[in-house]
Amino acid sequence: MTKDDIKQVVLDIIADIAPDEDLTAVKPEVRLRDQLSLDSMDFLDIVMELRKKHGIEVPEADYVQLASLDSCANYLLPKFEAKGK
Amino acid sequence: MSSKPRIVITGLGLTAPNGNSLGEFRANLLAGKARIAVIDVRHMGKHPAGVCDFDATKWQKRKEIRNGTRVGSISIYCSREALGDSGLEWDKVDKSRVGVYLGITEHGNVETENEIHNISQFGNDTKYWTHHHNPRTVANNPAGEVTMNMGITGPHYTIGAACAAGNAGLIQAAQMLQLGEVDVAFAGGVSESIHTFGIFAGFKNQGALGAHEDPTKASRPFDKNRNGIVISEGGAIYVLERLDDALARGARIIAEIAGWCINSDATDAVLPNPERQTECVRMALQRAGMKPQDIQIVSTHATATALGDIQECTALRTVFTDCPDTKINNTKSFIGHCMGAAGALELAGNLPSFEDNWVHPTINIEELDPECAMPGLVINQPVKVAKVEAILNNSFGMLGINSALIVKKYGVA
Repeated sequence: MTKDDIKQVVLDIIADIAPDEDLTAVKPEVRLRDQLSLDSMDFLDIVMELRKKHGIEVPEADYVQLASLDSCANYLLPKFEAKGK
Repeated sequence: MSSKPRIVITGLGLTAPNGNSLGEFRANLLAGKARIAVIDVRHMGKHPAGVCDFDATKWQKRKEIRNGTRVGSISIYCSREALGDSGLEWDKVDKSRVGVYLGITEHGNVETENEIHNISQFGNDTKYWTHHHNPRTVANNPAGEVTMNMGITGPHYTIGAACAAGNAGLIQAAQMLQLGEVDVAFAGGVSESIHTFGIFAGFKNQGALGAHEDPTKASRPFDKNRNGIVISEGGAIYVLERLDDALARGARIIAEIAGWCINSDATDAVLPNPERQTECVRMALQRAGMKPQDIQIVSTHATATALGDIQECTALRTVFTDCPDTKINNTKSFIGHCMGAAGALELAGNLPSFEDNWVHPTINIEELDPECAMPGLVINQPVKVAKVEAILNNSFGMLGINSALIVKKYGVA
């Protein structure tokens, strides 16, 4: 699993939870909330889908780490590696 | 009610298993076209059910649909269509003076069953339970979704009234308009019940779930071989206004609310009580200032249960004696039992009679149950009558709630 793979994992989840959004030009370094119409319930959906689909737990204190695709990749990479993915 | 403001219907939006507009719905009722599907019910296999095929994306973003509920989508579709039908200039309407009053039979069962199933896939660990559960299952959900979609800031809530809910939503709105709480009301009834297995299992174990090899014949009120209810989803939401307001804006007036009554059996949780039903109908007539002979169409509640149909016929025979011009019909024979939407949809199907003088029948009667025989029962084929000026809409529900709503053609004394 590479950081780019993880970014795609997050984008795939967002495509499910925010199906009206155009995800073709999401900037990885920019906060997701600043370029997509996502609210706090949507971020909880991202946390839930990571748990359901990948067995990844994101504690509430770490939600801020999901701000952008880059920060998602940096934060989630060791978690995916710990899962042997 | 003569001292209170008169209330009129100025718009209507609906989705029924056999139509997503009043025109389509009405055409199928007059053509005798039922539309009942066979669906796979969780834990229970295949059963007949009335399924609506409206396009939810017409009025909602896909994310709204995903985060909301099925009944929220039904409510939004019907409300938006009703708004269009009303001719209200929405941009100029004070949204704080608009109320939403929706009747429901039940709410929350669909989402709760879905989540119980969901966490069962994860060892029943509740950390997999969705955070959407509470906003989806609060009892005001369908009405609240309408306010969010349409920017309505006046009051909203649902009226839980079992299968009398469609009438109850309309009655609540009429009362709030008379009290001056709001200037415009979106009101009626809605249901998503086909998506919960519990209601199917409950009726089946009660011996009241309808079945037939041809699903379109499964719902057959008054037929000797009827065997129970066909569960359906649907919605019908009306725009209601005070008459003076409607006239001032030059609105098309579809009908006037003439009278109503809601009462309680206080006898049994599931078995209806014809004496209380009789009292309910008579009180609605009294409040409307009408005699039984003034009613041209009685839209029955009958659901095709063995006893319930007979009980309603007993009540109607008691009230409508010597009424040769009163026709009696049933809409569930076409669309099944739309639960919270039933009363509102069944009224809607009859409203065009004010203009065309046709009365749609009750269909699927192969052998009329003698205990359900009533003069005026319109069987299998529509009939044309000389005039239709008043419709009585019956809707009854569990825990002994009865509702009778009378609407009349506008302009008739």
